[in-house]
Amino acid sequence: MNILVLVVLFFVISAGTAVVGLLTTWIDRKVTARVQYRLGPPWFQPFADVVKLLGKETIVPHAASKAAFLISPLIGLAGVSLVSFIIWLAIFDPTGSGFIGDLIVVIYLLILPALAMIFGGLASANPLASVGASREMKLALAYELPFILMIVVVLIKSGGTLSLGGLISAQQSGGVYVASISGLLALVVAILCTQAKLGQVPFDAAEAETELTGGILIEYSGTPLAVFKLTRAMLYLTVPMFTVVLLCGGIGSGWGIPLGILKYVGLLVAVVLIRNTNPRLRIEHAVKFFWGHVTAIAIIAVALAVLGNRLGIGWL
Amino acid sequence: MSDRRIIPIGPYHPLQEEPELFRLEVDGETVVDLDVEVGWNHRGIEKLCETKTYDQVPFVVERICGICSTSHPLAYVQAVEDAGNIEVPERALYIRTLVAELERLHSHLLWVGLAGHFLGYNTVWMWSWKYREPILDICETVTGNRNHYAMMKVGGVRRDILPEHVDYILSRLPEIEKFADLIKGAVLDDPVLHARLKGVGVMTADDIHDYGAVGPTSRASGVPGDVRRDDPYAAYGLVDWDVICVPQGDVFAKAVVRVLEMYETIKIIKGCLEKMPAGEIDSKPKVVAPGEGIGRHEAPRGEVFHYVRSDGTNRPIRHKIRAPTYVNLPTYKTSVIGESITDATIILAAIDPCYCCTERMAVYKHKGDPNEPIMTGSDLVRLSQEKTARLRKEFGL
Repeated sequence: MNILVLVVLFFVISAGTAVVGLLTTWIDRKVTARVQYRLGPPWFQPFADVVKLLGKETIVPHAASKAAFLISPLIGLAGVSLVSFIIWLAIFDPTGSGFIGDLIVVIYLLILPALAMIFGGLASANPLASVGASREMKLALAYELPFILMIVVVLIKSGGTLSLGGLISAQQSGGVYVASISGLLALVVAILCTQAKLGQVPFDAAEAETELTGGILIEYSGTPLAVFKLTRAMLYLTVPMFTVVLLCGGIGSGWGIPLGILKYVGLLVAVVLIRNTNPRLRIEHAVKFFWGHVTAIAIIAVALAVLGNRLGIGWL
Repeated sequence: MSDRRIIPIGPYHPLQEEPELFRLEVDGETVVDLDVEVGWNHRGIEKLCETKTYDQVPFVVERICGICSTSHPLAYVQAVEDAGNIEVPERALYIRTLVAELERLHSHLLWVGLAGHFLGYNTVWMWSWKYREPILDICETVTGNRNHYAMMKVGGVRRDILPEHVDYILSRLPEIEKFADLIKGAVLDDPVLHARLKGVGVMTADDIHDYGAVGPTSRASGVPGDVRRDDPYAAYGLVDWDVICVPQGDVFAKAVVRVLEMYETIKIIKGCLEKMPAGEIDSKPKVVAPGEGIGRHEAPRGEVFHYVRSDGTNRPIRHKIRAPTYVNLPTYKTSVIGESITDATIILAAIDPCYCCTERMAVYKHKGDPNEPIMTGSDLVRLSQEKTARLRKEFGL
């Protein structure tokens, strides 16, 4: 593809992800409100929030490291924009686009928003923010291990395809990976890691408004805060979509499009349900949970996938 | 390497709705010391009461706290009745008990909700506050107000409970019982809540005795102190109920005590409605004889104590209030230190603190000469001028 077309596509897809992501956070807020016997906000509330924040004054704390404080929101946004660009290109055009190894790039880029939050929190020179940053760091270390193992399951099932487009085409012709025991276990792992990557209850210890009053974000205001919110909203769309690509065969065409949207909505519902039926976990409990239970599930899934491959049993 | 920092909770913090300041000294995430500062919202209620007549004071003490809005008046009228040896008709005693227990019910539900919020479990918060509504509806029907019931009066109560009120209360109580069952099942059996709350902020029976803690805080540590049973007043000695007491002493035990107490409270309400005799509701006393008296009431948070001295005029010449949080607050020294910041917040909330009840005038000690004021009026003016000058320079005005 022409480089100019790619650049235009990049901006179109990023903007689209931002808009749909903000809408998704509205769905999250609305469903949460209905579960809690509240009315909930109107659909444009997330947009109004971001627009309002963009117009507010940006305050940089005296003791903060100014450059790091202001650049880190942009790093997070850049990371999530690139990820969404790669994933959406693969979804729209599984065969024609992408490159071998874009899966690896996505794994690396997906950690950028968390890293940006950590840098931002540490740069803001606030004790609450640094406590939040250290928690985010521990959480990232905790969930990355089962997350990678989940991807290993996919790799075993696909026979080592490292391109997202290849994974989608393989699943559309040969059946989705989630329709097997190891795939199902991998989906459970993926949902739990999604919850942590999105920083939602029970894994929101880094922000914990009733303990740390916002934690990492405490010193942020105005445009940088809006950028962080936007990043979070884009992750809301991108991370579950990544799972759809890895395990559920992407979106496809024709009747696949409403079905693909349903797959995404199903993952979103899981996230919203988990967040509304659990209290916040202590950070050491979260680490123990990811390195213990979730990693165990992921390892079982890997073992089953290997076994299934060796014996040629599809449903394992 | 030690990494000690001060984490402030307050004076304005989303954790608690009232102004108060906790300075948590933390090493990493572990709290190693803590300093509690109240006195941000001192209103001089005791002094104010000395300027009001005996019948006006209940309206003042009712407004000490919106949640204990019948505990303070009840303790106060009992203190005045004690000082003046005033008789109270039996029907009034039952009505007092009824209103006090309705208040306990909504206060415990309020705490369950807030505890959920502090744990990031906002669904519990919203649900328990929704199911608090039937109780507030009952209160509104019976007393005319959702809070601030204005029922207590020296010598009796202000409003009678009519037969249709009795039917209404009995028709709404099952909703609350149903929700109490739901909470008992969903909250007390939740494995994640067990992981968060069990073994957190443990206080032993010895700690409770050392600090003189009261109410659910003490009953959760195996010390079954309850004024309603130990020193019966109103109709508490006349109806059938049990004191709930569990031995563990952690935050989870405090939740258990509060949830199980809701069942006892419903039992007391039903007993009152059943046994309430007909007759007068007010002995209409005209004078309060000189003397002094005390009134105690087991408020939802523990024993509230009022002392009143009368000189035979129509106003108290001294009125002293001690709210339960005043004695429960120092227990933080044993329960919070050594825990992590995450747990500290829920431990702070576990005694169900009520700072507006506890507010005292705060005295700051001068480091040098104790007779010198810390800051005079002219010092404050100078500070303000310096700040203006600094801001002008900063913004180039």
